[in-house]
Amino acid sequence: MKILSRTYMWVVFALLYAPILVLVIFSFNDGGSLASYTGFSFRWYGELFHDSVALQSLKNSLFLAVSSSLLATLIGTFAALGLDRMRNRYVKGAVNAVTNIPMMNPDIVTGVSLMLLFVAVGGILGLSEILGRWTMLMAHTTFSLPYVILSVLPRFRQFDRTLREAALDLGCTPWQSFYKVELPAILPGVFSGLVMAFTLSLDDFVISHFVSSPDFQTLPLYIYNQTAHNVKYSMYALCTLIIFTILALLLVINFAGSIGKRRKEGAK
Amino acid sequence: MKQKRSLLERAAAVPHMLWAVLFIIGPLLFVLYFAFTDTKGEFSFSNIELLSSYSHIFFLSICFSLVATAFCLLIGYPLAFVMSRAKPSTQKLLTVLLMLPMWISLLIRTYSLMTLLDNGGLVNSLLTSMGLAPVTIVGTGGAVILGMIYDFLPYMVLPIYTSMSKLDGRYLEAAADLGCNGFQTLFRVILPLTVPGIVSGVTMVFVPSISTFYISQKLGGGNFDLIGDTIERQFKFTSTYHVGAALSLVMMILILISIAVMNRFSDSDGEDMPI
Repeated sequence: MKILSRTYMWVVFALLYAPILVLVIFSFNDGGSLASYTGFSFRWYGELFHDSVALQSLKNSLFLAVSSSLLATLIGTFAALGLDRMRNRYVKGAVNAVTNIPMMNPDIVTGVSLMLLFVAVGGILGLSEILGRWTMLMAHTTFSLPYVILSVLPRFRQFDRTLREAALDLGCTPWQSFYKVELPAILPGVFSGLVMAFTLSLDDFVISHFVSSPDFQTLPLYIYNQTAHNVKYSMYALCTLIIFTILALLLVINFAGSIGKRRKEGAK
Repeated sequence: MKQKRSLLERAAAVPHMLWAVLFIIGPLLFVLYFAFTDTKGEFSFSNIELLSSYSHIFFLSICFSLVATAFCLLIGYPLAFVMSRAKPSTQKLLTVLLMLPMWISLLIRTYSLMTLLDNGGLVNSLLTSMGLAPVTIVGTGGAVILGMIYDFLPYMVLPIYTSMSKLDGRYLEAAADLGCNGFQTLFRVILPLTVPGIVSGVTMVFVPSISTFYISQKLGGGNFDLIGDTIERQFKFTSTYHVGAALSLVMMILILISIAVMNRFSDSDGEDMPI
C-alpha cells in the first residue's frame, strides 16, 4: 500500500514536470524539431540574443517589474501599517474586501475592467492611444498590491507593541519609532512582498494583454505573439531563461525567509 | 489600552485607499456602465438581452471547467493525503516541488504541454517509433480539459495538503480503534475535516478554468469557444466593448455566486470540530 501510494505521488509529480523538462531540453536542441533530439547547441539562444524585439521586450519587462514592484511595495507597506492601526472595524473590513477583489476576480475581468477605465479616460482626455507603458505600470501595481499587503500585514500583527511604547518613552518621535524600531522588524515581510510583486509582474500575461499596446510589449506578450500561429524554437530558449530566473528568485525568497527566521531565533 | 495614533498611522492607508478606488472600484463601475449602455452611451438592456445567444458558450465553459475541477480533485486529493503522510523533511521538498509550477507562467506551461502533445510532438513520435498509430490530441475538447487539469492541479493540491497536515493523526487512530475500516475513516473523519481545503482548492481551479482563453486557443486549436475567448475577442479584435462588458459582468456574478455557495458549504460543516 505504501509503495503504491508513493509511486502514485511520484508519477503525478513526474507528469507535472515532464512538459517543462522537455521544453528546457529541447531549447538546447540543434535541429529544428520537437520530436527528436539531434545534438546539443546554443543555436536558439544565439538567435534570441540577436532578436532586437525580444531584447526590447526584456527591457520593457524589467522596467515594468522594477517600477511596479517598488511602487506596490511602497503603497502596500504603508497600507499594511494603516490597516494594522485602524480602529474602525467597518472601514477596515471594507478596505480588506476591496483589496482582495483583484485576487478573487479572474484575471481576464481585472484586465478588461482596467482596459475600459483607461480607454474611457483616454476618450475623455482626447488621447486615442493611451494604452502602453503607463497604463501597464498602473495595472501591474494594482494586481501586485494585495500580495504585498498580505505579506507585510502579518509582520505588523506579530510585532510586539510594547517595543514601540518603549521607543516613545525613550524619546523617539512617532516617525523615529516607526523608522528605527518597527521598520527593521517588518523588513523581511516587505522584502518578500517586493520579490513577489516583481515575479508577478514579470509573469503576468492576461492583464497585460488587455492594457498594453503593440508599442509596449513585455516578454509574456512577446511570447504570446510569437507562438500565436507557429512554433518558434527561440521561444523555447526564452521560456527556459524565464524558468531559471523564476527559480532563482524563489530560492532568494526562501533564503531571505530562513535568514530572517534564524536571526529571530538567534535573538531569543 | 487606548493610545493616541500619530498622523503617520492615521494617514498611512490613505494612498492605498485612493489607489483602490481609482483602479479597483473605478474599473468595475466602468464594466457596469458599459454593460448597460449602447454605443451611443444611452442606457439600454440590449447587451444583456444579446447574452442569450451566448448561452451555449457559457454552457460549454461551465462543463469544461467542472470536468477539469472534478479531475483535479480526484487526482489531487489522494496526492495531498500521501504528501501529508510523508516524512517532514520530504514534505518540505514536496511543497517546493508543488509550488514551483505555480510560479512558472501559465503561458509557458500551456505552450510546453501543447508542443509535447502536438501532431509532430514527442508523444506522437514516441507512439510512431513503437509502431503505433499517431493520435490527434491537440484540437480536441479532451486536450482543453487536460490543459486545465495540468495547469491548475497544484492550486487544488496545495490548500487540501494544508488542511491535511493540520489534521491530528490521533483522530485516525481513534477512528480505527472505534472500528472504522479504511473507507469509513476516509468518509467520516478525513473528508469532513478537510472540507475547507477542498473548498478553496475547487475555487482556485474553477475560477481560472472558466475564464481561460489561452488554454482553449492553444490546446483546442481554435475549435472551442469558451467565455474567455469570447470576451477576449470583443475587446481585442471586434472592439465591441459593450457586449464584452456584459459578458464579463455575467461571468463575474456567476463566479461570485459559486464562491459564496462554496463558502457557505464549508462554514456549515468544516472548520469547527463539534467536540
